[in-house]
Amino acid sequence: MANRVMRLVALLALLGTGAAAWAQQASPVDTEKELEKYRAMINDPMSNPGYLNVDRGEVLWATPRGAKNVSLETCDLGMGPGKLEGAYARLPRYFADADKVMDLEQRLLWCMQKIQDLDTADIIRRRFGAPGRISDMEDLVAFIANKSSGMRYEAPLAHAKEQEAYAIGEALFYRRSDIMDFSCATCHSEDGRRIRLQALPNLVKAGKNAQDTMGSWPTYRVSQSQTRTMQHRLWDCYRQMRAPEPVYLSDGLTALTLFLVKQGEGGEINVPSIKR
Amino acid sequence: MKTIVSVLLLSLGLAGPAWAQGTKPQPVDPAKLEAITKAMWPRTPQGWENRISFDETQKLCSQYRNELPNDVFEKVRAREVATVKFPADGQVLGDWKAGRRIANDGRGGTFTDRPMTNGANCYACHQMEPAELSYGTLGPSLHLYGKNRGFSPDEAKATYAKIYNSMSVMPCSTMPRFGYHAFLTEQQMKDVTALLFDPESPVNK
Ligand code: HEC
Ligand code: HEC
Repeated sequence: MANRVMRLVALLALLGTGAAAWAQQASPVDTEKELEKYRAMINDPMSNPGYLNVDRGEVLWATPRGAKNVSLETCDLGMGPGKLEGAYARLPRYFADADKVMDLEQRLLWCMQKIQDLDTADIIRRRFGAPGRISDMEDLVAFIANKSSGMRYEAPLAHAKEQEAYAIGEALFYRRSDIMDFSCATCHSEDGRRIRLQALPNLVKAGKNAQDTMGSWPTYRVSQSQTRTMQHRLWDCYRQMRAPEPVYLSDGLTALTLFLVKQGEGGEINVPSIKR
Repeated sequence: MKTIVSVLLLSLGLAGPAWAQGTKPQPVDPAKLEAITKAMWPRTPQGWENRISFDETQKLCSQYRNELPNDVFEKVRAREVATVKFPADGQVLGDWKAGRRIANDGRGGTFTDRPMTNGANCYACHQMEPAELSYGTLGPSLHLYGKNRGFSPDEAKATYAKIYNSMSVMPCSTMPRFGYHAFLTEQQMKDVTALLFDPESPVNK
């Protein structure tokens, strides 16, 4: 434990330097070097706070809750009831019982309702963690996604509804709207572009950029001191777009996520990662 | 040539996503897409009534992924030109010092911001004065912008129009239509135009 705390302190100090360099507008190359240093540390469970979420998620998964007082251990995430290895690498996917394409968080909510008969209003209220507010979803996603670490994303789009969701996700990616005329493609359709000093991944073409991006979510966001999921990332991009707040777990976000996973297919999952 | 390349890629098994060889993703039914977006934003938040739009131009830019066919391009440009309103007194140059602050301000307008005057955040996409290193690269550098145009009043007026409605010049431009959407006020747009056209402005040094 003391060891973990020590490493955490060292890591945060390192990240602190990175952030300061950023504020002083160091050249992107220097910043990239700083980032490399802590990327090298993300594989070390002792120094990545995201593993606290993994540990809590593991407990939550096995804890009996809800009106039925049962755990989530019979929840089928696509690989069979209770099978977690590789499940995240194949999500979002079509689930016949719900007749719907679902991402991990939608599926977890479904299992909480169907298997546990849990009152999920509170789960949704705590969807994004904050100081003094732990998110069950962030914990469960960290735990379950981590069970796919070292594996590669697959999105075979075998079911017609998966193909439809992909096509909707792609259309949403190019959908320009609202007060800034932005779409996702505004910021994520070219190589090597930046907004201010922040590098923008090119997500419209399949390949390394998309693979590295998707393979690193969920991630511990140092600037927010929280482990974040793709639901939060998309929420934050729509916020930057000056769009109204999108509904958590809405099907459009899942369609976008499936589109992104397809772009990042073949990318190695290494999560929870750690980012700015 | 294109076909030869794709045949080659096909035979190498490199022809993009796996489903390209089998079933193609279905084309999107516009009604379905509208229903999906409606479910993402079922209610208009109070005070956002004029901020949420999917107008005819946005619709076309989405549909054609910003690459409009020539005839559509000209039609959209004509429509956007008609929206541009110049200041009543014809004066498009404000205070470059205020413009300098506005161009650098990226706050305002998000759903987590309290109500405030929006910043323009031109630096998100453009290099402007060389001393400011925190600039993005989605748009071209605007360093020496006015100087390179001989500080011409006509050029200044055209630039005000560009800022008011970028698509009046370039349909489906990446750049927001700041005046069209009333994201910036007339005074703010005059001030950033001055930042680009005042000989004293650091952008022209
Ligand atoms: C106005 C610019 C802008 C728009 C529009 C935008 N994003 Fe982003 N996006 C960013 C920035 C900046 C980052 C990196 C943020 C950071 O590092 O803090 C980012 C990060 C991301 C990431 C994670 C990248 C990584 O390597 O971790 C994903 C995925 C993403 N965006 C998807 C989207 C999608 C999908 C949309 C549309 C719904 C969208 N973005 C719209 C600016 C934008
Ligand atoms: C989201 C990105 C973005 C933002 C924010 C933005 N621009 Fe642009 N701007 C562009 C792009 C891309 C172009 C080039 C395409 C075009 O001409 O529309 C451009 C072009 C221009 C041009 C014409 C350049 C030329 O070659 O003559 C001017 C002038 C300009 N922008 C000024 C501004 C000012 C002033 C602001 C802030 C009020 C601003 N821009 C904000 C993306 C942006």
